[in-house]
Amino acid sequence: MFEDILKSIFSAGTFNQMLRSATPVALAALGGAMTEHAGIMNIGMDGMILMGAFFGVLGSYLFGSAAAGVALVLAMGIVVGLFFALFVVKFKSDEFIIGTALNTFALGLTSFLSRSIFGASGTKGNPALPTVHIPGLDAIPFLGQVLNDNSLFIYLTWLLVLVMWLFVYKTPYGFWLRASGEKPETLRTAGIAPEKMKWLASILCGLLCGLAGAHLSLGQLQGTFAEDMANSRGYIAFACVIFSKANPAVAYGAALMFGFFDAIGLRLQDYISSDLTNTIPYIITIIMMVYVVVRSQRRKRHAGKRLPARQT
Amino acid sequence: MDEIAVRFSHVSMAFPGVLANDDVTLDIKKGEVFALVGENGAGKSTLMNVLYGINTPTDGKVYISGREVTDFNPKTAISMGVGMVHQHFMLVPSFTVAQNIVLSREPRRGRVFFDNAAAERMTRQLVEEYGLEVDPSVPVEELSVGLQQRVEILKTLFRGAETLILDEPTAVLTPQETDELFAVIRRVVRERNMTVIIITHKLYEVLAISDRVGVMRKGQLVGVRNTADVDEQTLASMMVGRPVLYDQLEKTGTPGEEMIRVEDLTVRDNRGLVAVDGLNLGVRAGEVLGIAAIEGNGQSELIEAITGMRRPESGRITICGRDATGLSPGDIRALGLAHVPEDRLATGVSRDATVTENLLTGKQRQKQFNRFGFHQRTSTIERYARELYEKFDIRGAGTDVTAGDLSGGNMQKVVIAREFSFDCPVLIIAQPTRGVDVGAIEFIHSQIIDRRNHGCAILLCSADLDEVFRLSDRIITLYEGRITGEFSGGFSKDEIGLCMTGSRREKEAVS
Repeated sequence: MFEDILKSIFSAGTFNQMLRSATPVALAALGGAMTEHAGIMNIGMDGMILMGAFFGVLGSYLFGSAAAGVALVLAMGIVVGLFFALFVVKFKSDEFIIGTALNTFALGLTSFLSRSIFGASGTKGNPALPTVHIPGLDAIPFLGQVLNDNSLFIYLTWLLVLVMWLFVYKTPYGFWLRASGEKPETLRTAGIAPEKMKWLASILCGLLCGLAGAHLSLGQLQGTFAEDMANSRGYIAFACVIFSKANPAVAYGAALMFGFFDAIGLRLQDYISSDLTNTIPYIITIIMMVYVVVRSQRRKRHAGKRLPARQT
Repeated sequence: MDEIAVRFSHVSMAFPGVLANDDVTLDIKKGEVFALVGENGAGKSTLMNVLYGINTPTDGKVYISGREVTDFNPKTAISMGVGMVHQHFMLVPSFTVAQNIVLSREPRRGRVFFDNAAAERMTRQLVEEYGLEVDPSVPVEELSVGLQQRVEILKTLFRGAETLILDEPTAVLTPQETDELFAVIRRVVRERNMTVIIITHKLYEVLAISDRVGVMRKGQLVGVRNTADVDEQTLASMMVGRPVLYDQLEKTGTPGEEMIRVEDLTVRDNRGLVAVDGLNLGVRAGEVLGIAAIEGNGQSELIEAITGMRRPESGRITICGRDATGLSPGDIRALGLAHVPEDRLATGVSRDATVTENLLTGKQRQKQFNRFGFHQRTSTIERYARELYEKFDIRGAGTDVTAGDLSGGNMQKVVIAREFSFDCPVLIIAQPTRGVDVGAIEFIHSQIIDRRNHGCAILLCSADLDEVFRLSDRIITLYEGRITGEFSGGFSKDEIGLCMTGSRREKEAVS
């Protein structure tokens, strides 16, 4: 039996499932990385994802096309990002409170609208995002099975990881973004308002979290919306951001790790109670956070030893 | 040579409740090193923040290289050739030297991409041009403070500064780094004909580096002199507005009963090591006992043990004839002890509380300040705070601002005012004037001696040896938690210095 378990764990299906589970988390984590770099602790990602999921389905339902759904999500992402920045950047409210408020608000709003428009049981079967078939990829055994015929956003995410990584580390705007979070006064004395970068980061976060939600409802679940379908992915994304120190590429890796354990959990359901297997991703998240704390502690001790500082 | 680099014409700057600059008119010549001195809160930094465009003056005009400044913001100031090195460095720790220097003016490749190689090349060019050696590719957080300051200077040069403002540049530097900085200043002035304005309150530095010096007091410019024509005494009296009476403290009265008694006291530090090792001492009423010791030789732990902030390992502490060993700070205070702690930010004041609240702390339960033990008598409290505020010459925007808004010297005066007003027979004072300017030092010293003359038993601990010499009736030296010498009457600096390094411990055993 043990051999069966191993075989089912390390099958192409598991790795394909890993990609699917990881993608919404990864997209949200990309957004979270932006606000994190801008020095905003954003725990409102869960709400942003949920709104993305709902408005994606709503657009798809109203206009009969997934593309319209995505367009609606993008508009909503900008609005939510602006809303978040208005309170956090402009009014300098406590970001923790605003994030929590955003999550609660998103849950209430989407549940209310969903029940009024679709009825108590939600909606399914709306026009969904297409899957992409890459000709020739099937020729590669195993890898082909994992990578081919996935929902569009899985490939879009790869592109976005690259773009965001370049943006953060290879463009002047990325430097300004990081300076606005690490030492805003430095940027101000250089003649650039750090608030501008924070607004930009919030909007980017709204957009990316919205896309994460759209993938969840229009891609992964083929046009379905259910209440609270974000299911704490925003928090897991936040864990990925912290774990990766907001590096988009590393955050994607962390999301893959989450996806992998999520996929294993699904496989193990044949053998163990699903209540138990569902906890696996969260346990992994906790372990990741413990690692982060240990790492920063070690760094602190190390910094103490490093004195006297380096001379050139 | 007599070209004017910067002209302030009747500049005033008012903040809510304070007039930080009052009708300042000043010309700074091109190619000179101009020192701006004054007490904490005299308005030096405010004036320079006007020049750098951080403050918009409420009145008056500013000219840079003959052109009037119309739009006050750092961007304009930078474009007009003014650069400022702030007291707290404006550097992003995780960025490299080159990335910090080019921030906001990054060289680009293909319009959108940051060209790191070009940034490093430009930095290296700058380094060679000005002879300010630093590695462009090292993250700033790995550099020493002195080198970080160098990066700050390079940054202003990169932005095309012709006038360089340095705000208390030596406050964070070691003596060697200070010498290097001064060499750099002399070089840029001589070779590049730059103008350097240096804000400081260390008078010997003014004499060492500047061509001319301007003195500010209470927001006004009280005088400009050629540095060659002045000495420290003259500058100090200009700063405080009257002659500084160094070495003229009047000590009266004779010592009375022993108020502090410490017997065989052993205390461990935070690492669990023995910091105070079987120490004995006594302080009598009307006497100042000074502790001279190099930092980390047990003086902090000794004071913490006496004041109840640290539990002693063994031994006995008696305050005013009653056993105080191992009591809480509150209980020890109740025995008649007041304490000026060494770190005013950590244990001296609450930065977020108002000046009034800070002054009241410890007395809030006294009958005169409340009804029925819980309802505050606001007006009585206000009046009381106002009295102390004026008596101790605290300068700031009144008693309603938070203590964190005060400058360091005035914050220290709040601590002194509070502790001295307990009217206790025993005073423990640690580092009373750390980071405090000349005028405030003189005031605090006279207050300490005033308490002494009123019969207070005072234990004084300070890293400033001159201060210990000036105030103490007796001095003990501590080395590795033990007393290595005791002196009274005429003190010899050399001898005490030797004892502080432990070289006379054998002799103490004999005496």
